[in-house]
Amino acid sequence: MTVLHWVTIAPFLLAILVPFFYKFARPIHTGWFVFVLPVVLFIYFLQQLPVISNGGNILYTVPWVPSLGINFTVYLDGLSLLFALLITGIGALVVLYSIYYLSKKTEAIHNFYVYLLMFMGAMLGVVISDNLIVLYVFWELTSLASSLLISYWFHREKSIYGAQKSMLITVFGGFAMLGGFCLLYVMTNTFSIRAIIEQADVIVGNPLFIPAMILVLLGAFTKSAQFPFHIWLPDAMEAPTPVSAYLHSATMVKAGIYLVARLTPVFGGVAEWFWIISAFGIVTLCWGSISAVRQKDLKSILAYSTISQLGLIMSLLGLGSASLYYGYGTDTTLYTTATLAAVFHLINHATFKGSLFMTVGIIDHETGTRDIRKLGGLMSIMPITFTISLIGLASMAGLPPFNGFLSKEMFFTGVLNASQLDIFNMQTWGMIFPVLAWIASVFTFVYCAIMFFKTFTGQFKPENYDVHVHEAPIGMLISPIILGSLVVVFGFFPNLLAYSLIEPAMAAILPGILPEGQQFYVNIYHWHGFNTELFMTIGVIAVGTFIYLTAKKWMQLSIYLKERDPLNRVYDGSLVGLIKGSQKVTSLQMTGLLRDYFAYMITFMIFMFAYTFIRYDVFAIDTVNVAGISPYIWVVTLVFIAATLAVPFINHRITAVIIVGVIGFLLALFFNIFRAPDLVLTQLLVETVMVVLLLLAFYHLPELRKEKFTPRFNGVNLLISIAVGIFVTATAFSSLALSNSNGLEPISHYFIENSYELAAGKNMVNVILVDFRGLDTLLEVLVLGIAALGVVTLIKLRMTGREDV
Amino acid sequence: MEILMSIVVGVLFMVGTYLILTKSLLRVILGLMLLSHGAHLLLLTMAGLKQGAPPLLGEEAAAYADPLPQALILTAIVISFGVTAFMLVLAYRTYKEHKTDDLDKLRGSADE
Repeated sequence: MTVLHWVTIAPFLLAILVPFFYKFARPIHTGWFVFVLPVVLFIYFLQQLPVISNGGNILYTVPWVPSLGINFTVYLDGLSLLFALLITGIGALVVLYSIYYLSKKTEAIHNFYVYLLMFMGAMLGVVISDNLIVLYVFWELTSLASSLLISYWFHREKSIYGAQKSMLITVFGGFAMLGGFCLLYVMTNTFSIRAIIEQADVIVGNPLFIPAMILVLLGAFTKSAQFPFHIWLPDAMEAPTPVSAYLHSATMVKAGIYLVARLTPVFGGVAEWFWIISAFGIVTLCWGSISAVRQKDLKSILAYSTISQLGLIMSLLGLGSASLYYGYGTDTTLYTTATLAAVFHLINHATFKGSLFMTVGIIDHETGTRDIRKLGGLMSIMPITFTISLIGLASMAGLPPFNGFLSKEMFFTGVLNASQLDIFNMQTWGMIFPVLAWIASVFTFVYCAIMFFKTFTGQFKPENYDVHVHEAPIGMLISPIILGSLVVVFGFFPNLLAYSLIEPAMAAILPGILPEGQQFYVNIYHWHGFNTELFMTIGVIAVGTFIYLTAKKWMQLSIYLKERDPLNRVYDGSLVGLIKGSQKVTSLQMTGLLRDYFAYMITFMIFMFAYTFIRYDVFAIDTVNVAGISPYIWVVTLVFIAATLAVPFINHRITAVIIVGVIGFLLALFFNIFRAPDLVLTQLLVETVMVVLLLLAFYHLPELRKEKFTPRFNGVNLLISIAVGIFVTATAFSSLALSNSNGLEPISHYFIENSYELAAGKNMVNVILVDFRGLDTLLEVLVLGIAALGVVTLIKLRMTGREDV
Repeated sequence: MEILMSIVVGVLFMVGTYLILTKSLLRVILGLMLLSHGAHLLLLTMAGLKQGAPPLLGEEAAAYADPLPQALILTAIVISFGVTAFMLVLAYRTYKEHKTDDLDKLRGSADE
């Protein structure tokens, strides 16, 4: 166990201690004890920066299940470090914010911090693990922790609904992803991501390549809320706001992004990967930004905005994977712009979205509502919140001079470059990307404007609020202020992280593109000159402003009247349908009638017989011994058959007993004919006892009623019975013919020869029963004993004082 | 001979199956008895019904009937006797407690 291992599991260890802090240090908010850990971890990861930025990495292995190739391998490179810094950095700020947001008097904060730490540890595990199975374990832990946090206020029905929905969707994706990982293992015989990347060129032609890719992408898309799996994210907004800020904007929803980026070297460079990721990303981008406009709740707007921004990053990763197709070349740097934009926007989004969620939480906390129809005129009342929101919203809308502007310009560059590609059919379809990207940017501008103007401008109406509205305490403002300042800092000094973080991250996403020893050279400019991207941005602002000003008119469109996403109807409907369908199937099949279950079993058996007979053509009949049956035997046989056939028609119990007795005694006669004296004795004795028993019991048993004959019911039963009879006879015929033809001798010669020599008995059957195969007899005696005990118990024991059994 | 006995076995199985598919608890037990008769006869038939002396060494015959299936059937008869007796008492108790022998009425309640 190295330091990095301990770092990964440290949150879990602290989570164990949290309830003790909560119980034994009540005066101090438990959050303060938790706060220390992400800060320490953040500093630890900062210290790794020099190693990583020089192109190095950190790799340690602790065996877990070595026989299956599952090891707890930690691997830190540019991409992992970027995510680890995001997780710990924003984690620290969120813990700080939550200390002021959640009251230690009214909330169960120990639960909150246990879940939050569990989430933080799981998320660190996801980004640091090199082993796919370990990654999957941590992945599912993030799903679990996320659901627990969404249902933090578990007395609310909506919280439970949201938690269940996110659980179902992300776990569905998680299972699919596990399947994809197993297929990767089948292809490469290793679970190590680095080893799989080394074999990337081998698996491209494998028939399992596409299934593995689709399964892994299902996991990434469900986690990162890509269309059409995005529907869980808006309902996850029932979580406390620090959770929304941390999980549902900055970290967990980026796990899918991480997975896609991490596996780009494996799958990238083929048309399917390029198209699936780019297309789903761009659709998500448009859908999210268009849906965000119609929301009335600030957190819902932010949820859809998160969906759309995740789509943006995802599509950029897809477009950037085209450079893997080309390999190293002078053109390559043109296409890596998209990847650079993805990494840069990932950082930017985490900063501004985190701060926006926190300001929304402040507004909610201080005014008691998040409804934009009630809010308004908060600018002068909450000046600090207003400033932070302004920065965050301007950055999200892509306005200069904030960092969102830079990443949006790079996004436009990326899609414009992609539309000029001459691979993967981009010649015909390429123009879709810039057009959709531009439309989505317009709507992004519109919802940012709505959020800003509806919340902060206009008339302040005190009667809309239940509480006295004032600025938040300073402790609550620290975290959004830090994130907001980062937005500005990254806006003015975009190259601050270029060398230390962005270049190594790009090297991790696109390995092998550059020749040995070279690093990506990242330089982000504010001013590109009068190019297409700038005109696109100006167009976005112009059209966006127009749409915002005329919003009242077109908000009447039918799609904008519904607040919920129409895809929710599919989800809810399919859940209801699943429950109803399974209930219907169960009630159809589980009738509770013994008869029906018998019929199922027997029918299935008949079909198996019929299939075997037809499939292998085994029916045979050997007519060697048909002739030479004496008339006496014919008579006995016919009487026997007649008696048997009569049983179902009897309606009197005495007659039934007599006829069954006759059948038993005739069977004894058969045994006699076939030279089995011991069987005759036993059968006679048993049958006599049986008849006596039946007569004794029948005195207390009901009269046999006449079965009501319904053609359908009895017809089916008759058909099944006849089929059973025919198949038993046919099987007997065929196996007799088989035993006559295969010439195998019975083993009974041994018994015949040795029963006197070895066992000193002349009755061979008895010798077999008590000597050669005495164990059978012992257990048969046991059976009789148990039956006798059972009979006594049934008659003697009565439960009293309970149900009348 | 074996052919004829196979047909007899088929009839026993047919009637036994029909009886266990009916509603009356008693008929089900009768059906099980017929099914076990069928199984015993089938065991004997499948071993071959070649003529020979009973499997007693005192007979001093050239050929004996096969003793092994007879031992197997003897075991099976005793076991099926025990099971049938138990089932019969079970049916008796069921009738005493639930006042019906109609299997359609002997169902769990809907909320189980």
